[in-house]
Amino acid sequence: MTKEKTTTIKIFDYAGKFAENKDKAQHIREKLTRPNLEKGNSIIYDYSGVDSTTQSFTHALISDHIRNFGKEVLDRLYFKNCSETVKKIIELVTEYMQRKIK
Amino acid sequence: MKVHIPNSAFLGNINNFLSTLDLRGVDTLEITTNPKWLSVHPAVISMIASLGKSVDQKKIVCDEIMASSGHYLERMGLFNFLKITPKIKKIKVHEPAGRLIPITQIKNSTDLDDFIKNLVPLLHLDKEPNHAHAIQQIFSELIRNVLEHSRATEGAIVCAQYFKKSNKIAIGVADAGVGLKESIRQSYPVKDDLSAIKLALTPGITGTTKKPGGTAQNAGFGLFLIKSIAYINSDFFTIISGDKMYKLLQRGKQKIRLEANPFNDRYATMNISPWQGVVVGVDISLNQTEEFKSLMDIIYKFYAGEVKNQKKQLYKKPKFI
Repeated sequence: MTKEKTTTIKIFDYAGKFAENKDKAQHIREKLTRPNLEKGNSIIYDYSGVDSTTQSFTHALISDHIRNFGKEVLDRLYFKNCSETVKKIIELVTEYMQRKIK
Repeated sequence: MKVHIPNSAFLGNINNFLSTLDLRGVDTLEITTNPKWLSVHPAVISMIASLGKSVDQKKIVCDEIMASSGHYLERMGLFNFLKITPKIKKIKVHEPAGRLIPITQIKNSTDLDDFIKNLVPLLHLDKEPNHAHAIQQIFSELIRNVLEHSRATEGAIVCAQYFKKSNKIAIGVADAGVGLKESIRQSYPVKDDLSAIKLALTPGITGTTKKPGGTAQNAGFGLFLIKSIAYINSDFFTIISGDKMYKLLQRGKQKIRLEANPFNDRYATMNISPWQGVVVGVDISLNQTEEFKSLMDIIYKFYAGEVKNQKKQLYKKPKFI
């Protein structure tokens, strides 16, 4: 991870402390993260201030990247300041997406 | 249509209510009630509210409420929602600061945002964040299912209540949309309503695509997740669509073993008067509820196949920094 090629997305700014709105997740995915990933950049999803999230939100946020860029994209996605709940949901989504696309 | 509200209709004994449900004649709605006592699950109230929403208010007939606990229906906002004013003979007043969410109609994402914000204070979950996370998750998944898949013009009709005696929160979400069979058959062959329920509860199945892993917006995982939360906590979970009801029975003291196939769980089914749309009822016992992160951990381990040690080394782990 090099600093100049990394974009940080503050999830709270888009989805609040309970990140469940899939429309917001779609916005982040399509407008903010996909263009950066296509350029080979890395993403930091910063969950500061987010208490919890949903499986659906997380799926909408990252699953298409795993499908389109392959599981290797996980080497360019970083999840920062996650609560234990958020971590578990991210782990769940990354796991089942890799199983489904293998 | 005819609805009789019995003295008791919770998820464990909801069959009593469903067996008398008569959904023929969609222009009128007759509501009768047990004369002695009324205590019902929010899923039942959501169903009645959803039915009433499809009928001209002038064609809703509700007999005088004789039961001493009849005021409960008023507190849950049923009569206000249906815009009817039946006589209520006796009133047994509950504590004013009850932990409940009266009937609420959610037609879009903005409504849902507002609902989610109000959910925690209405159910007094401010000091119970782990329970709040589970309940927020359940409501969000259920309501988004309605908004995205049901094509219900009236959206989702929801309510919830905390029951002090059993220390549980009961949740009901109903819609009058196209139902599971119609929704899922866009992507999978579905022979009947029970098959549709089975597919809807199976992880990875969504009506939006046949692609493994779902679409960018849908994983087909939400109902499985909710059923799993109820299962782990040994709570009831009920889903109704078309002419079938599926009920996950309480796990009791059986060892936790998550099943992708809902028919491998302890369950019951029932034939009912065909419901146009979907109804889901869930209980969350606060005594038993694992911390939400623990629930997710159990579900993750099931899905990761760690229980069976299946090739876990093949998969990359998310990078937390």
